[in-house]
Amino acid sequence: MDLFIEQTVSGLASGAIYACLALAVVMIYQAIDHFNFAQGEMAMFSTYIAWYLMDDAGLGLPFWIAFVVCIIVSFIGGAAIERIVFAPISDAPVLSHIIVFIALFSMFNSLAGFLFDFTPKQFETPFGHTPLIDGVISAHRAGMVVVTLIMLAMIYAFFRYTPIGLAMRAAAAAPESARLVGIRVGFMLALGWGLAAAVGSVAGMLIAPITFLTPDMMLGTLLYGFAGAVVGGLTSPLGAVIGGFLVGILENWMGTFIVGSQLKLTVALVLIIVVLLVKPAGLLGRVVVKRV
Amino acid sequence: MASTDVAGNVPAFLNQNPKDRIIVLGVPLPLLERVGLYVLLAAVVVLPMVYDGYDIYEFGKILMYMLAVLGLNLLTGFNGQFSLGHSAFFAVGAYSTAIMMDQLGVPYWATIIPAAAVCFVAGFLFGLPALRLDGLFLALATFALAIATPQLLKYDGIAHLTGGVQGIVLDTPYPPAWIDGIVMSITGEELSIDRWKYMFTALVAVIMFAGAWNLVHSRTGRALIAIRDNPLSAKTMGINTSVFKSAAFGVSAMYTGVAGSLFAIMDEYLAPESFTFAEAIKFLVGGVVGGIASLFGAIFGGWFVLEIPNIADLAASSLENYINNPQGLTGLIYGLFLIFTVYVMPMGAAGLAQILVHKISTRR
Repeated sequence: MDLFIEQTVSGLASGAIYACLALAVVMIYQAIDHFNFAQGEMAMFSTYIAWYLMDDAGLGLPFWIAFVVCIIVSFIGGAAIERIVFAPISDAPVLSHIIVFIALFSMFNSLAGFLFDFTPKQFETPFGHTPLIDGVISAHRAGMVVVTLIMLAMIYAFFRYTPIGLAMRAAAAAPESARLVGIRVGFMLALGWGLAAAVGSVAGMLIAPITFLTPDMMLGTLLYGFAGAVVGGLTSPLGAVIGGFLVGILENWMGTFIVGSQLKLTVALVLIIVVLLVKPAGLLGRVVVKRV
Repeated sequence: MASTDVAGNVPAFLNQNPKDRIIVLGVPLPLLERVGLYVLLAAVVVLPMVYDGYDIYEFGKILMYMLAVLGLNLLTGFNGQFSLGHSAFFAVGAYSTAIMMDQLGVPYWATIIPAAAVCFVAGFLFGLPALRLDGLFLALATFALAIATPQLLKYDGIAHLTGGVQGIVLDTPYPPAWIDGIVMSITGEELSIDRWKYMFTALVAVIMFAGAWNLVHSRTGRALIAIRDNPLSAKTMGINTSVFKSAAFGVSAMYTGVAGSLFAIMDEYLAPESFTFAEAIKFLVGGVVGGIASLFGAIFGGWFVLEIPNIADLAASSLENYINNPQGLTGLIYGLFLIFTVYVMPMGAAGLAQILVHKISTRR
């Protein structure tokens, strides 16, 4: 039973990361109807920026300053990618978008290795690794959950209570009507990309102390993020967060009790395909009816 | 429709292949294409007489990648289904060949056809659930497949077959004695193993390319294209879209899988790390840059994905004093070319050639 509780709690902690990425994926999916396959690599690159800001060979800033600067840089970077790369091809067919996402994936992945070399790097955590509650969870994992929950609350408040959050929701839901009431849809899209990149960067900085910092560290994590988004429902940000946590717990249960740690990614693959086939709307998503 | 007269008769020129009416520098386009094919074929035959060693090995690799890209082109370019997971089928082909050679002692040349069959079945089965996923969701499912593949190959439960993390070391594919004898009697020297590997790869690649050519220009090929262009009207015309789409997935997986088999035979070694998502990106780059809806494009694409790392290395070595990690350049150049292609020539190099042909052609 101890093992069960331990695995559930640590699943919640990694679920927090998946929830961040799932949320980032859903924000972009809501805005432009596409999956950002490069979301994980963007987050990885942001984490390298944070590492550079903190490292003694870099700027040597303290963690929390680097944390905030990295979020701001990622936000600007994400918005710039939308404006520079995606705005010109907004009307292009699906294949073009997928290709550009894969191009970004490839570029960020190799750029990280190119600039910061491929050796795994230690990433420091402000929480430390001391075990809490009889070793059920480490301080860092607990910190992960807390930071994620604070961030999610902020994003919820942003979309629910600020005029610009409302405008962003309008631009995503009905771009043409939004334009008619004077909302700058292109600007809102860029903001959405910026926010998604910022959320992703937080996920990257939180998971790097566990996985070590390498150009490939986000590959598996992104897959779980996608699984979380699909399980929760691609049209629902709340669903994505719940889906992320669920997938985190499920991953640990399956890994410990059923299939072993070697097939964890296969679990995500099966989960994605089964949910897409059986209940494409996910837990909280709405069923989209398309006119043919 | 203006193309039929009052009596419903179809004018004669419509029974003709519209391409026949395009004249390039005094030659009809289909003839030009055919000549191009024969020139390429001649080049494939002549190459091993001129080159040896690493050079000819590289040419073999180009043909191998050409086949892998061809698989993706058949699926995406001609049938309109996306796959980011073709590295998985590449792995299925490679491991089928390796396991047959390693466990059952099957000679390397006899593994190609069973491996192709295994890949066809694997692709067909994956294509069945894929029927219910359109465009983007299929891309997501195949993306997940590509990422899960290396881990699956390392799984302890099948490690006695796959060799786990260590992979499998294979026997050298020596040429049959009678071929050795023929070459010996003509040239007076022994056939080198590199040349033989190339010849074997080229033989398989040429047969498969001819098969793809015939498939695309057949009734089945037109059905696949009709499904791509408009699934609903294809269905109305009596095309069984489910069967054709799954079969297209199967055929596509078969092409990429045979490329995987050749990969295992040529390198005499394979390990899970050769079948990562990076490999799937390579195929996509080759397909897109060459021209996703083109067979000739696959040849260019195969050359492109093999040469770019070399060019990147060259660029890096000339900048040695400034750059620490030249391996990183390749992915960056792939990415830049992908974006460039999407922006400037969405039909790839083949599309560019088509535009040039139209510029200098006259119509009859």
